[in-house]
Amino acid sequence: MNYQFDWKLVLTGEYGQWLIDGLIVTLKISAVSIFFSLIVGTIIAVFRLSKVKPLEWFSLAYTEFFRNTPLLVQIFFWYFGSDAVLPKAVNEWLYQQDFEFAAGVIALTVYTSAFIAEEIRSGINSIPKNQLEASRACGLSFIQAMSYVILPQAFRIIIPPLISQFLNLTKNSSLVMTIGVMELTYMARQIESYTFHGFEAFTAATVIYIAISLTISLLVNLYNKYFLRNLKY
Amino acid sequence: MKVCLTLSPKTQLKGVERSMAYLEIRNVNKWFGNFHVLKNINETVEKGEVLVICGPSGSGKSTLIRCVNRLEEIDKGEILFEGKSIHDPSVDINNLRAEIGIVFQQFNLYPHLTVLKNITLAPIKVRKMPKDQAESIALELLERVGIKDQAHKYPAELSGGQQQRVAIARALAMKPKVMLFDEPTSALDPEMINEVLNVMKDLARDGMTMLCVTHEMGFAREVADRVIFMDQGEILERGTPEHFFTNPTHERTKAFLKEIL
Ligand SMILES: Nc1ncnc2c1ncn2[C@@H]1O[C@H](COP(=O)(O)OP(=O)(O)OP(=O)(O)O)[C@@H](O)[C@H]1O
Ligand SMILES: [Mg+2]
Repeated sequence: MNYQFDWKLVLTGEYGQWLIDGLIVTLKISAVSIFFSLIVGTIIAVFRLSKVKPLEWFSLAYTEFFRNTPLLVQIFFWYFGSDAVLPKAVNEWLYQQDFEFAAGVIALTVYTSAFIAEEIRSGINSIPKNQLEASRACGLSFIQAMSYVILPQAFRIIIPPLISQFLNLTKNSSLVMTIGVMELTYMARQIESYTFHGFEAFTAATVIYIAISLTISLLVNLYNKYFLRNLKY
Repeated sequence: MKVCLTLSPKTQLKGVERSMAYLEIRNVNKWFGNFHVLKNINETVEKGEVLVICGPSGSGKSTLIRCVNRLEEIDKGEILFEGKSIHDPSVDINNLRAEIGIVFQQFNLYPHLTVLKNITLAPIKVRKMPKDQAESIALELLERVGIKDQAHKYPAELSGGQQQRVAIARALAMKPKVMLFDEPTSALDPEMINEVLNVMKDLARDGMTMLCVTHEMGFAREVADRVIFMDQGEILERGTPEHFFTNPTHERTKAFLKEIL
């Protein structure tokens, strides 16, 4: 083995900048996808519990379908197939944006929101039935009861599983390199092919992924603690 | 007109509204699957009246009052409130529920909100009341039920009796026209029962229309206008508290009274 380590080459200068650019894209695509998958996941979970049959069926189909298809297939699906499934206007708008990025966000959102929906649903189910009843009895609509009474309690309970979904999403975001999104893994790969110093490049990427994950858990835990202080059961 | 004003609010209202029942339960039937839980229930409640509903466990008391604010739907018959069917498609169910408050056996306060926010949530969201107005009303109500000093605590920090008084204040904050009570004192330790009953007695004296499922016979004697006895989904006996306690006609009423008195 006469592999010459050259950390300086990979971590500084142009290649170092590539890693930072990749990191920024990873953070961006993860943040945007987490945001949307929380919203979509909540809606899908509430659909499931709405007692409106078509919404329940839609929710069931959604979660089953997207949880049971590989993420990579979905990424390719939205990248190559969006022409066929999305309205023309939406596609034209997407093409004007960063299309790879958008396809990646859609795939990550759709995939992760199916898991998040299940977490939220089990959180909602763990709130005693009498809470919904008491809020409806005061005249709150179903949506209001969910927003002000049920979900705030449910989210408290499901913060740990939600964090792990956020972390999964961040790690899964490396797959969007396959459609040319220039995120962290893509950049590490680029560095490898320019310098043949793949070990350093991927070690750096690994450390960065770990740092992101730890930061996310830390932030959400702090948030949770803050909530715990204000919420006494 | 002058004569009218000198009458107590209760008698006055009864005199005026005699022609039209305030709340009318007509031929109500309900099934849970094959189980006939309410059988041909007929009952009218006038404005300002206090109706006490008692009967053995499983007789359908809770189900009956829950039909009045449509927490349960009925299968046959009709319930009229202020002369209008509550099942009419034009009735906004959230509006109806804002007008008919309910207090549950288990309090059912929102554990993640302070006492004050428990009370102001519905007035702000349903009645679209400004926050400071809702809060001042909430504080007034808390004062009325004797726990103004607990406004900023969470439900879990309160005793059962205090929680139930918050629940009553929460229902009253919507300015309901009718109040339903489903065994409000039966989850309480004995020493806390009276603090809740006193609040309910005050309400009754203020002229609130009330349907109370309760086995507190002292309460029934003191403030009920009428008592009905339910058994196996039917109203077996009805009458003034006096008649009901001293002179029940039905064997099962007698047996029931013997058991609880
Ligand atoms: N959602 C439901 N589904 C099926 N059966 C029900 C349901 N709710 C109540 N029942 C049944 O209907 C009957 C009447 O119930 P209800 O709660 O009205 O009785 P109750 O008179 O209030 O009794 P208790 O004094 O125990 O509260 C009971 O036998 C109960 O098991
Ligand atoms: Mg009951």
